[in-house]
Amino acid sequence: MRVSEMIERYGLKVEAGEGGLDREVRAGYCGDLLSEVIANAAAESVWITVQGHQNIVAVAILREFAAVVISSGNKPDKETMDKANAEGIPLLSWKGSAYELVGKLFSEGLG
Amino acid sequence: MNRLRRTYPVRHGDFIHAGEASIHVKNTLKSLSYCPDLVRRVAICGYEAEMNLVMHGGDGVLTVVIAADEIRLEVADTGPGIENTELAMQEGYSTARDEYREMGFGAGMGLPNMKRNSDEITVDSSPGQGTAVTMVFSVGGRCP
Ligand SMILES: Nc1ncnc2c1ncn2[C@@H]1O[C@H](COP(=O)(O)OP(=O)(O)OP(=O)(O)O)[C@@H](O)[C@H]1O
Ligand SMILES: [Mg+2]
Repeated sequence: MRVSEMIERYGLKVEAGEGGLDREVRAGYCGDLLSEVIANAAAESVWITVQGHQNIVAVAILREFAAVVISSGNKPDKETMDKANAEGIPLLSWKGSAYELVGKLFSEGLG
Repeated sequence: MNRLRRTYPVRHGDFIHAGEASIHVKNTLKSLSYCPDLVRRVAICGYEAEMNLVMHGGDGVLTVVIAADEIRLEVADTGPGIENTELAMQEGYSTARDEYREMGFGAGMGLPNMKRNSDEITVDSSPGQGTAVTMVFSVGGRCP
């Protein structure tokens, strides 16, 4: 599934990084502890987190994530959006809880 | 292949640029066609060491030496140093301030991640003497 399809299907909002909407999503990971995420998430994951600060973009680039979803009504900082735009890393937001979104993604076969 | 050596200054407290040196190293290794698994491990280790410098250490330098048989990553800072490096290596041990914990740091997983993802790690540090973390990654013949 492409990031753009995921956005449509689940009603996610694009906050930044539109240049990367064609990326393929092949896995998923949910977590708010950066060291835990960087060590355990698979490449090409969609990463669901409550963190909205600029360091999430570095993690996403280093692990080649497809997109980052900021959940629970949180929003990325301005610096985070600037960085994501420059790097073409899709930053999406989701009003509901991480639990809800992960449940949907997982039940549709995203590992 | 000749040895390639690059150094990147990294600044304490600079969360905006934190991670950029590791991203550059990762892109370099990728463009040199190193195995994806090796590139991933170097990226994780570089990031963790860089973040430790930014959060706990002082100004410093990340150095990478790229050779055909091994990659060497050294992150050295002039910060306060570590009192007990053995304790610091334990999973879950962290002195991160609350504001950093709120940002998702301070799980005490950085050094354990570096240990797990490198083939050799040395932490050279004492109070007042700064910290130097050196990691070596051996380059196998074939990608696993
Ligand atoms: N460069 C450094 N200078 C001073 N102290 C350090 C440095 N690197 C690590 N430490 C000390 O070692 C502890 C453990 O480091 P480690 O990277 O494992 O965890 P953390 O940085 O606290 O949390 P996490 O990496 O999970 O975000 C730190 O909390 C800090 O006390
Ligand atoms: Mg750390």
